[in-house]
Amino acid sequence: MAMMRYAEALNTALREAMAADETVFVFGEDIATYGGVFKVTQGLREAFGDRVRDTPISEQTLAAMAVSASMTGTRPVLEIMYADFMPLTLDALVNQASIYNYIWNEQVTMPFVLRTQGGGGVGTAAQHAKSLDAFVAHIPGLKVVAPVTPADARGLLLAAIRDPHPVIILEHKLLYNTRGDVPDQAEPVEIGRARVVRPGADISLFATSRMVLEAEKAADVLAGEGVSAEVIDLRSLRPLDLDAIARSIAKTNHAVVVNEGWGFCGFAAELSATIMDYAFDDLDAPVQRVAALDMPIPYAQPLEERVIPDVARIVAAARRALD
Amino acid sequence: MPSNRPSADEHLDMHRRMVITRCVEERLGVLHKQGKTRGPIHRCDGQEAVGVGATMALEARDVVTTTHRGHAVYIGKGLDPRRVIAEIFGRVTGYGGGRAGHMLVGSVEHGMIGGNAIVGGSIPAATGMALSFQIRREDRVALAVFGDGAAQTGICHESMNIAALWRLPVIFLLENNDYGLTVHRSEQSSVADYTVRAAGYGMPGEAVDGNDVLAVYGAVAAAAQRARRGDGPTLIEARTYRVEGFSTSDMGGYQDPKEVALWKARDPIVVSRTQLAESIDPARVERLETAAEEETAAAFEAALADPLPEFEPHGPSAPYATAPVHADAADFGEGR
Ligand SMILES: Cc1ncc(C[n+]2csc(CCOP(=O)(O)OP(=O)(O)O)c2C)c(N)n1
Ligand SMILES: [Mg+2]
Repeated sequence: MAMMRYAEALNTALREAMAADETVFVFGEDIATYGGVFKVTQGLREAFGDRVRDTPISEQTLAAMAVSASMTGTRPVLEIMYADFMPLTLDALVNQASIYNYIWNEQVTMPFVLRTQGGGGVGTAAQHAKSLDAFVAHIPGLKVVAPVTPADARGLLLAAIRDPHPVIILEHKLLYNTRGDVPDQAEPVEIGRARVVRPGADISLFATSRMVLEAEKAADVLAGEGVSAEVIDLRSLRPLDLDAIARSIAKTNHAVVVNEGWGFCGFAAELSATIMDYAFDDLDAPVQRVAALDMPIPYAQPLEERVIPDVARIVAAARRALD
Repeated sequence: MPSNRPSADEHLDMHRRMVITRCVEERLGVLHKQGKTRGPIHRCDGQEAVGVGATMALEARDVVTTTHRGHAVYIGKGLDPRRVIAEIFGRVTGYGGGRAGHMLVGSVEHGMIGGNAIVGGSIPAATGMALSFQIRREDRVALAVFGDGAAQTGICHESMNIAALWRLPVIFLLENNDYGLTVHRSEQSSVADYTVRAAGYGMPGEAVDGNDVLAVYGAVAAAAQRARRGDGPTLIEARTYRVEGFSTSDMGGYQDPKEVALWKARDPIVVSRTQLAESIDPARVERLETAAEEETAAAFEAALADPLPEFEPHGPSAPYATAPVHADAADFGEGR
């Protein structure tokens, strides 16, 4: 085990994948010479030459190129600097990447990875603070993962690069400097498996990305009130780990779902509906959703902190469920 | 209608606004180091002549869209420095009441609509405003300020084609400061001279010294006249340089210090001061600069004393309101 920052863990995975497979290449804005604005790709240019490329600011084209390059013998890893720019890539994802394996009767696979980072909390304002998880998780044909720990950052990125199909990695700007133990061996983490962060008996808190850390804090608060909360990091937004979800609810009979994106038509809404579909009989109370308020992300701190979900709102939701 | 050369008074006013902008940028740098800013700040030190010269060549009724680096444009278009600063600090007295932040300032009454931090976003925005003016038969012009990085976006191409095709009253002002974030233009663009692209759309293209406020003013004034005559868009490439790095979160290391020094020696405020000295008593210019510095200091003091906004749940008529739900049913729709 080695202690690593989340950004370093991603960097390690990229190095491992590039060293193991010459068809892996990495491209995106400011990723080569500068090493990425979050320093995830630092040193790769020096190590791998022109398989690491700075690009012009051309997200729509870059995404479409990742799709087509991956059909013709390479494994592109594209960095989109902010999740807020993902809408520019959506045509490539929804009208290109998601369809060809199916409509061409499985003649092609598209082993590309698109990494991006979202989330708010530090005053980056309405065009640089969103979580648009639902935009991509909505698309059949894409896998979507959101690692929270450095170990999962490395393992899921490795798995994503090896996957024969498109994978979107949702990182979070507030996670890059967090630290954690990472195994010594390059071990992929299976996509589609949730992680039990802490077991509990009274209520299940299902969360994604940085909200897992908020859910853990909420579990501490609840423990102080005599409530044993189970915290589950979904890790994979698509495919969802239905077994893990159902197993947890069978034990706790109560559920809170937490996602940093908007509530209406959001990822939390999907989770809630999925729980109704698969675990309704085990529920003692309606599922409680915690999500960003349905409005643009404001700049000023007192406004932004009300819009983005936090511990207090998760605790309140848990209390409502248990009431 | 402005002529292509400003009057002495207009030049003095441009000079004053450049000095105000510089004072804002420098003070922001200091406050950032003290941990008193929030989020990244994109300073425009060294580029003041572009934003100020271009906007002052327009009429008050004309509109401008700009980038994440828009402070000179804000001040040039006549926004109150105190309210700009208030927005940068998320105060309730800012142009967005603290909702927007420094990259996204908008003031419709000034025709500043607005700062746009989606790279390239300012280009179709101005093009659409120009379409609206054409349809309404209004004598108004839209100015799109955008960077050399933004020139590589697909929407830049698409906007220029539509604007030239429909002869829209829009001016494309490419603020070429050599870098898109940390990547040099030579790694982003297949051509070094962006004006050659204009030919591909059948519109005129012209390069100007972006550190010479008179040159920027002249080129934009001429393009505005063309647009008002119904002759369509113009591409202006203002060549300048970002002497303070991309933003307050820039870790540096990609700019050649010699290059920075070379451009610092061509400071647009110094260039303008020299030009003014030809016809105006330097003592008068100095007094004007001191007054601008004092005005900016007072603006900071006032803005920083202003309160932060308080969160208020929005009403059902807000455009983002969703269907009303039972108050207890969910936690994400406060005030729906
Ligand atoms: C669509 C989009 N892609 C990427 C970014 C991140 N980004 C912000 S500014 C910038 C560079 C812009 O360069 P340029 O247009 O030359 O403007 P400058 O910063 O030099 O003023 C980048 C890549 C963004 N804001 N929007
Ligand atoms: Mg630039």
